[in-house]
Amino acid sequence: MDNNMKHTTTTNKLLIGSVMLLAALGLSGCGASGGGENGQVIVYNWGEYIDPETIEMFEEETGIEVVYDEFETNEIMYPKVESGAASYDVVCPSDYMISKMIANDMLAELDFDKLPNAKANIGAQYYEQARGFDPNNQYSVPYCWGTVGILYNKTMVEEPITSWSQLWDAKYADNILMQDSVRDAFMVAEKLNGFSMNTTDPQELETAKNSLIEQKPLVQAYVIDQVRDKMIGNEAAIGVIYSGEAIYTQRENPDLEYVIPEEGTNVWIDSWVILKDAPNKENAEKFIDFMCRGDIAVKNFEYITYSTPNEAARELIEDEDIRNSEIAFPDLSKYNHLETFVYLGEDGDALYNELWKEVKSN
Amino acid sequence: MKSKKWLSAPYTLWSLVFIIIPLCMIFYYGLTDKTGAFTLENIMAIATAQHAKALRLSLLLSLISTLICFLLAYPLAMILANMKVSQHSFILLIFILPMWMNFLLRTLAWQTLLEKNGVINNVLSFLHLPNINIINTPYAIILGMVYNFLPFMVLPLYNALSKIDENVVNAARDLGADNLHTFFRIILPLSVPGIISGISMVFVPALTTFVISSLLGGSKILLIGNVIDQEFTQASNWNLGSGLSIVLMLFIILNMIASAVFDKEGEGSML
Amino acid sequence: MKNAAKKIYIALIVLFLYAPIGTLMVLSFNASKTRAKWGGITFKWYGQLLHNDDILKAFGNTLLIALLSSVIATIIGTIACIAMSNMKKRTRMVMLGITNIPMLNADIVTGISLMLLFISFGFKFGLGTILLSHITFNIPYVILSVMPRMKQLNPSIYEAAQDLGASPVTAFFKVVFPDLLPGILSGFLMAFTMSLDDFIITHFTKGAGVDTLSTKIYTEVRKGIKPEMYALSTLIFVTVLVLLILVNVTPARHEKTAISGMSPDKS
Repeated sequence: MDNNMKHTTTTNKLLIGSVMLLAALGLSGCGASGGGENGQVIVYNWGEYIDPETIEMFEEETGIEVVYDEFETNEIMYPKVESGAASYDVVCPSDYMISKMIANDMLAELDFDKLPNAKANIGAQYYEQARGFDPNNQYSVPYCWGTVGILYNKTMVEEPITSWSQLWDAKYADNILMQDSVRDAFMVAEKLNGFSMNTTDPQELETAKNSLIEQKPLVQAYVIDQVRDKMIGNEAAIGVIYSGEAIYTQRENPDLEYVIPEEGTNVWIDSWVILKDAPNKENAEKFIDFMCRGDIAVKNFEYITYSTPNEAARELIEDEDIRNSEIAFPDLSKYNHLETFVYLGEDGDALYNELWKEVKSN
Repeated sequence: MKSKKWLSAPYTLWSLVFIIIPLCMIFYYGLTDKTGAFTLENIMAIATAQHAKALRLSLLLSLISTLICFLLAYPLAMILANMKVSQHSFILLIFILPMWMNFLLRTLAWQTLLEKNGVINNVLSFLHLPNINIINTPYAIILGMVYNFLPFMVLPLYNALSKIDENVVNAARDLGADNLHTFFRIILPLSVPGIISGISMVFVPALTTFVISSLLGGSKILLIGNVIDQEFTQASNWNLGSGLSIVLMLFIILNMIASAVFDKEGEGSML
Repeated sequence: MKNAAKKIYIALIVLFLYAPIGTLMVLSFNASKTRAKWGGITFKWYGQLLHNDDILKAFGNTLLIALLSSVIATIIGTIACIAMSNMKKRTRMVMLGITNIPMLNADIVTGISLMLLFISFGFKFGLGTILLSHITFNIPYVILSVMPRMKQLNPSIYEAAQDLGASPVTAFFKVVFPDLLPGILSGFLMAFTMSLDDFIITHFTKGAGVDTLSTKIYTEVRKGIKPEMYALSTLIFVTVLVLLILVNVTPARHEKTAISGMSPDKS
């Protein structure tokens, strides 16, 4: 009994000691955040999707405090915004999610007179591309964009990769990485079969599903973010990847090559939107317009390496190779069958999800 | 400790507000469709081929993991319980400390270890040993489960075993019981409460995990946790997700029954 | 011989538990930003960590929430165990079943249902809502650790103490509490640990701009985990480990304090 008590006090002290020390360490790191003189703006963006310095610059120049919050996927963002659990002003969703938010009347119409930089700097072709999900360009300002393509390791393949069909080639068995999200995975199979990636035709989807099931034994893993690390580490020969990651992976592993397959692909756009019930609409406009300034957009581009639709920013890129990079700034007119995701409605989403589960459980 | 009924008030109140009411919300979603009309479809959905298969796989993998955890942890807890007392706290913390590193970071680290060109295979190649290739297979998922939940088995077992009075064990020996007898007749029955709580603390979280199966199983193996996660985060179908969660609650009830059955023995063997 | 086997067994399990930790520690010195490539040794992530206010603030939040939620959960959970041990068996079984629910439900289900709860009750989302949620999912771990101890408790000791003139409270703290303490401590430790680790529930119950380490790490996944995170994990780990070793290599001194600390109980 005595012994028992002794050891528990020791544990006790140990625990309290270590926890307190850590707490002290942690709390001393807390910086005091003062409120801005001109109110605040609450921003909800993808994780690691902005250069933190640009936020500081915005705060200094405008006196508006930025409350910055991050999400991991569109689908995790949506219920938080919809439920009003935390009231946000500016959000940066992807294409199809924007059309869903428009459909559910969650977005405020933008006044482009208050967004001069957005009007002047964002290239016309990107507004054109954005019409796919925001038909009158009323609700969104493009922030980042890119393509989805194949990243392959030159030393591990025998011929140049040009087509999605090579992801079905048995000689690359266990060397293929696919995207682990419904729409991205189906996009590959739909393009392979020559369908639109926004199709809801049950027969076309059945064909696409069967293609994916046929491919499954060859696939090493369905991953999202680990494509990057696995390709750099020579774990796989070919993988489906977002173009924004390609530049970074090439820098880390020069054997890697990015290609937009000949059957066409997804051109995605992440855009700034303002929520209908945003508490700080004016500040939200100022924030979006600030992010569209050439010098700011180029800072963000260099930090996150995802392509910017900001023409003024592109001019400011110092590295010529990057400025003219086919990966970061492909000439979209050279490719066929490019599309942008749109929201398929609840029934469409449900159908895709059902089929995806069949693929996964097969 | 009689006439202390009010003692149950704080937790009863807490569980009412933060467990029962949210649970009612899950039941509401699970038993209605998108229009809010009553339906049993979301519950019956467990019978569809993919869902049933996912559930079977989840049960299988978590049962195997629980068994491995138990087999690894029991001898460990016995050794720890018999060690010099002054080292107890240190050794216990050693088993919990790994969990202070973020779960996602730890699981990603297993990827780095297990990959084809990972650390373990590099070491094996260096020693001219054959490489292991278990990443993206069910074996890697079991490994991940055992790794993550082992401390949950060690702690309750250790707790129960260290509580056993040495005099009882000695008495059994004095009365002529050999090691095997002492173990099966004295030690094992006395540790039943620890075993029960260890099993529920491992089996239950293993059954619903989805991060381990996506990171170490390459998302090629669909577990019921993945299905529920997908319904909530990708399909935005909270009704179906809730319905399937309700089905999983069946296992709470099974767990309750199991505890009730074993509890009788536990009480019978108490001193 | 037998002792050696025991030691080897422990060593193997420790190796198994610490292999990934070791990997993370090595990665914190990796000059390359990706975990897939070794770029030489560097200490720059540690330097950058000290200047990364976001991470340090998230670290502060994490510890604050973990500490508060585990202390509160331990108190509520321990009281609940005492209360449950007096209940009729059937009531107790129902209570224990309810207790299991937050553990069994997928995190996402708990997270979303708590979010809906907070919305319908008009809570303001922020540190407070995270704290309430963490207490909720921590209590089961406390109860599951304390309950086995409770069952092994001999009620007649407590009654004997009262027969000898101790008040119920004194009798509890002198007789019952010391027996429960190992269970309470491991419950506390478990609760603290679970709180440190949680991501999904925190995500759905947090307010804008409030981050914990977990929510930071998960949002970083898309662009790759920042090596600063490895550095911070390494620092946390080494700090606690050094602390543990320091306390344990000076047994003479601390045993004395331990005994003097306990002496009032023995009187």
